[in-house]
Order: sequence, then structure tokens, then C-alpha cells
Amino acid sequence: MNMLLGVAVMLGKMALVLGVVLTAAAYLVLLERKLLGRMQLRYGPNRVGFFGLLQPLADTVKMLLKEDTVPEGADRFVYLAAPALAAAPVLLSFAVVPFGEPLVLFGRSIPLVVTDLNVGLLFVLAMSSLGVYGVALAGWASDNKYSLLGGIRAAAQMVSYEIPLALSLVPVVMLARSLNLSEIVAAQDKCWFLFMQPVSFALFLLSAMAESRRIPFDLPEAENELMAGFHTEYSGMRFGLFFLGEYMNMILLGLLVSIFFLGGWRGPLLPPLVWLGLKTFLVPVFLIWTRASLPRLRYDQLMALGWKVLIPVALANALVTGAVLVLWP
Amino acid sequence: MSEKSGFWREIARGAAGLAGSYRETLRHVFEAPITEQYPEYKRVLPERSRGRIILTRSPDGQERCVACYLCSGACPVNCISMQSAEGPGGRRYAAWFRINFARCIYCGLCEEACPTLAIQLTPEFAFSGPDLAAFVFEKEDLLVDHGGKDSEYDFYKHAGVAVEGGKGSHLDEDEPIDVRTLLP
Ligand code: SF4
Ligand code: SF4
Repeated sequence: MNMLLGVAVMLGKMALVLGVVLTAAAYLVLLERKLLGRMQLRYGPNRVGFFGLLQPLADTVKMLLKEDTVPEGADRFVYLAAPALAAAPVLLSFAVVPFGEPLVLFGRSIPLVVTDLNVGLLFVLAMSSLGVYGVALAGWASDNKYSLLGGIRAAAQMVSYEIPLALSLVPVVMLARSLNLSEIVAAQDKCWFLFMQPVSFALFLLSAMAESRRIPFDLPEAENELMAGFHTEYSGMRFGLFFLGEYMNMILLGLLVSIFFLGGWRGPLLPPLVWLGLKTFLVPVFLIWTRASLPRLRYDQLMALGWKVLIPVALANALVTGAVLVLWP
Repeated sequence: MSEKSGFWREIARGAAGLAGSYRETLRHVFEAPITEQYPEYKRVLPERSRGRIILTRSPDGQERCVACYLCSGACPVNCISMQSAEGPGGRRYAAWFRINFARCIYCGLCEEACPTLAIQLTPEFAFSGPDLAAFVFEKEDLLVDHGGKDSEYDFYKHAGVAVEGGKGSHLDEDEPIDVRTLLP
């Protein structure tokens, strides 16, 4: 009986997280199109439903109904599997992200996280590394040179930015003395890590932007030179999956930034979930703003930024944090 | 030292540049978009915009078109066809005249070729539809009861009617040779 109840609670949490994340991703697309439009003195979608609010629905229907084409020379199995490989790791990452203090219902304490992994941070990093497979394999399997170039760029870029991404979180782990995301939030009881580790924050944001392949780091897609890069050949819902993955990644990024640096769901007055939502919202909006403002980096600039600036700075930052922690325990 | 300060100046310049573009896009959010919302707001197009084609009439109300085929010859996509006919007094006209708007690219070459200013493009552009056959416009659909852009122009004041009283001759003109009599 107890086990059944546990399974039911688990399933309920999974359904809740999945539902919220997918809806949020769909509406993030709308938000991006609207905000980007206004930044470029346009309106963005405003025809479907009041104020364009049903646009995500219309887009989903459109993508589901489109023909799912496979190019003739493509490696069929890999080609068909790649979009799932790109979206699944992002979804999996949400499993370890907590969104509140444990809830007490009928005398049972229910942690508000799908699985409270004690190495949650490592899990998130591992999943974000796996994301590159979907993109690189999609580029390779499409049998199209633009896709291949996009895939190669994605692989190089994501592998390079893995390192500063992980290194930028080392000081956070040092301060929190834990890899568990709930405990990292708890460690920011007095002071957000944003104020203790501004350098870490900047490094994390930059490398996470590169990881999520957004402008100015969107070289794998690079419309002008590679058409759409690794997803040139994809149509219908498989293209939709890449898209969904990218937007879920933005949300994940927002969640991680708020958990690692902005004190998670902690905040005065408003309920915790609202605080978490507000903080999570900041990063996607910043990413959209960035997309409207900055041009794309050149490939060598991208590599130079990663290897020659971010990694050394991240190492030095970890070193200084360690030294300070040893000298003033 | 000077090299060092150059490095920092570069960084400051770069940061200022980035901040400038962020500021500009943020400013746009609070400005009204310049988009014209089409079906609700219809801009008045210039008179010479190239849209739906009409066949106009001369000031006396007659059809201007003399079925000379110049427009259909000029048309790059061959979407004009017609059959010429001759009325009393030698005035030519089109027995039928057809434009396939599904093919027309609205280039305006027909209008330029027309010696009588009969065929003209109008600013009307919104007549799309799902049925291709509905885009084949016959003479009745094309003919209007006004003169279009230059309503005073009248080709028949100057030319285009049969010469009255024979064609006349020159001084000391030879009899024309009947070339068929030379055939073996
Ligand atoms: S506008 Fe151009 S394409 Fe259209 S009928 Fe005239 S000549 Fe032909
Ligand atoms: S060029 Fe003008 S006059 Fe000649 S057939 Fe065309 S519309 Fe008629």
C-alpha cells in the first residue's frame, strides 16, 4: 500500500513537471517571437486567438500534420533517432531540479523534486554533455554537407564549453559543500551565490548560452551560411523536437541559474513557487534580448573565447575561492 | 604599461559597444511597432502600382483595344491571348480577349507595349483564391467603362481607321508586279 502510494506520488510529480515544462516551452516560443518582434519594431504573432495566445497550439498542430521526410542518402535509423536524443537529456535533467521545500501532505513528507539525487549537479552536467550526441548525429546522418558542418561545429563547440560550464560550478560546490541541488539552495540561506561568486555566475551564463546554441553562439545553425545547420533536413515533429529541446534547455538554464546563484525558491512575501518562476523567467528573457542585440561570433572567436578566456578565468576563480575558503574557514 | 592600458581600453570599448546594442533593442520594446496591420489597415497604393489588369475605353466610350497582339507578344509568360476581328469602317477589335492571372507576373510590359493605352495595370492586388480556373479573366471581366490613367487619350483621332477612297498613287508609279506570274 505504501509502495503503491509512493509510485502514485512519483507518477504525479513526473506528469506535473512534464506538463509544466512542455507548456512553458511552447509559450516561451511565443514569448520569444513577441518580444523579438517588439525589439525589431514588429508585432510578432498576434492573429491566432486573443493577442496570439493560441499560436503555440496552432504551431503544434501544424508540425504534427506535416510530412515527416527522410532524405534519400540519410542513415535512416540514426536520422530518425537523433531528435529524441537531443530532447531527452534536457527532459531528464528536470528530474533532479527541486522546485520547493518538501511538502507535508497527510503526514507524509513529499520532496518537491522528481528524484532528490545526491549528485544532482553532476547529473545535470552529464545530461548536458549528452545533448551533443543528438545534434552531432543529426548533422552526420542527414547526408547533407551543411548539416554535417553544423554537426561538426556543434560537437566542437559543446565539447569546449562543457569544461568552463563544469569549472564555473566548482566554487558553488565548494561554498555549498554539496552536489545536491536542494542543499545548494539551502546553503544560500543568508546570501545568494550571485553576490559571493559574480565571476562564476558570468562564466556559467556564458558557457550555458554556448551549450544551448543560442545567438551569439548559434554557429551550428547559422542560417546565413549553413541554412539551418544540423536540422536543415528535418521536418514536422522531428524538427519540432529539436525546437522543443532548445526551448526546454532555456527553461532548464533559467532554473539552474536561479538554483545555483539566485537562492532558488527563497524570497520574501511571495510563495516559493512564484519566486522560482520569476527567477527562472529572467534567463530566457535575457537570452531573447541577447538574440535581438548581438551578432553571431566567428568560429575562431568562439573557440578562442572558450579556451583562452573562459577556462583560465574559471580555473583562477576556483583557485581563489579555494584559497579564501582555506584562509578564512 | 601603455600596452596594458591599450588592452583595457579595448575591453572597455567592447563592453560599451555591447551595452549600446542592448540599450537600443530595449528602447525599441517601448516604441510603437511600425508594422501596418494589413486587413484592418489598407494603405492607399500609388496610382502606378502594378496589380490587376483592365481594358479601358476611349473618351467616346468605344473599346480602345485594336487587337494588335503587341501585348501578348510582349508578355514574358504568354498569359494574354485574343482573337482579332474587324468591325464596320475597318476598325479592329478583339473578338475575345483573355488574361490568365494565375500566370501573370505583373511586370507591366503589356501596358508599355500597347499603342492605344487600352491595357493598363491597376493598384488592386488582393484577389487571390484557391481555384486556378477562376483566374482566367475574359474580356467582359477585364473591360471597364472609363479611360484609366490617361482618359483623354484617343488613338483613333490619329490612326487606326481604314483610308477612305482608295489608297491613291505616286507620280509615275509603276504598276505593281504580280509575283505569282513569275512562278514556273
Ligand atoms: S503584366 Fe506582364 S505578365 Fe502580366 S499580362 Fe502584362 S506582360 Fe504579361
Ligand atoms: S497591345 Fe493594346 S491594342 Fe494591342 S492587343 Fe494588346 S491591349 Fe489591344
